[in-house]
Amino acid sequence: MKIQTLSLTLLLIIFWLLNSGLFKPLIFILGAFSVVLVLFISSRMKVIDEESQPLHLTKNIPAYYAWLLKELVMSNIKVVSTIWQGHLQLQPALTTIKMDHLSDMGKVIYANSISLTPGTVTTDVTENSITVHALDKSSITDIQSGAMEARVRKLDN
Amino acid sequence: MSMVTTYLSWALLVLGGFLCVSGSVGLLRFPDFFTRMHAASVTDTLATGMILVGLMLQAPTWIVFGKLVMILVFVLLTSPTAGHALAKAALHSGLKPLLPGKGGKIDADPRPSAGGV
Amino acid sequence: MFTAAAIAVLVAMALALVRAYAGPTLYDRILAVNVFGTKTVLLIAIVGFLTGRPEFLDIVMVYALMNFITVIGILRFFEYSVSHASANSETIKEQ
Repeated sequence: MKIQTLSLTLLLIIFWLLNSGLFKPLIFILGAFSVVLVLFISSRMKVIDEESQPLHLTKNIPAYYAWLLKELVMSNIKVVSTIWQGHLQLQPALTTIKMDHLSDMGKVIYANSISLTPGTVTTDVTENSITVHALDKSSITDIQSGAMEARVRKLDN
Repeated sequence: MSMVTTYLSWALLVLGGFLCVSGSVGLLRFPDFFTRMHAASVTDTLATGMILVGLMLQAPTWIVFGKLVMILVFVLLTSPTAGHALAKAALHSGLKPLLPGKGGKIDADPRPSAGGV
Repeated sequence: MFTAAAIAVLVAMALALVRAYAGPTLYDRILAVNVFGTKTVLLIAIVGFLTGRPEFLDIVMVYALMNFITVIGILRFFEYSVSHASANSETIKEQ
């Protein structure tokens, strides 16, 4: 049995218990039936693999989330102060930025992290470049400095 | 429940409410679709996070706490996906973002913020 | 304090509705509906706590799922049916 099957089973059991909140024998039986059914369907769909259950990231992900949370708060303050400024002057920018040597999973995490932080949004992802629209030109410079890309690369290895 | 958690939860709820209103004001004030999207993402991330964490601190049982965590994770996972899909669809359908000239700035104030169609 | 948060969310929802009415492009409206949905999720959660019935969280979860699927569904529906002329009705300087 693959480790991914085990983690998916555990996840489904927790999901069921959390959502039902009832601890009666009948509910347990129904839950076990549902978990087995979902496992059967997902193994038939061949989606139980490293892509849907990226367990190899577990070791490094807490540090990345802490860093992302800090970035999130900083850029939120920036955007909110832009919203409330009296005379609205903006310098939006649309730029294509190169990225190299990221796995597919790394690209997804990178693009989604950029979209998640306010002030920048990913509009396109190709094999080795990424198109970003930013509310302010300085955010583009921040991304081009490569701090986030380095973090994602570290996360992936 | 101690006083500290209660006060902290109140502070988070009020701050979250303020961020919600900020996001919507930005949605009205900003000059074009792509800049409005940045304002919307403020509400999607930090405002949602703050309000849900504020509720978590007052959760009566662990089941309620777990459900709030689940909702927060779900919103944080789906909102960038929806935002990316929206931006890509808009760009590919030919909607051009408003961009300043070399070194210039866009003066957005003369435009009516909530004008007609 | 729950009341204050609920009122703030309601004000934000009203502003989002104004943007959905004003447009001017299709995508502005979809964005406003998306923001409105996120606010609804927050409002139902807060009201659940306000009335002392955290069972509302089940509804919140369903609403969060629906909000995401709605946006993706609407985008799929309009992706091929919008003509370039109408999508490009707002302003626009060339890049």
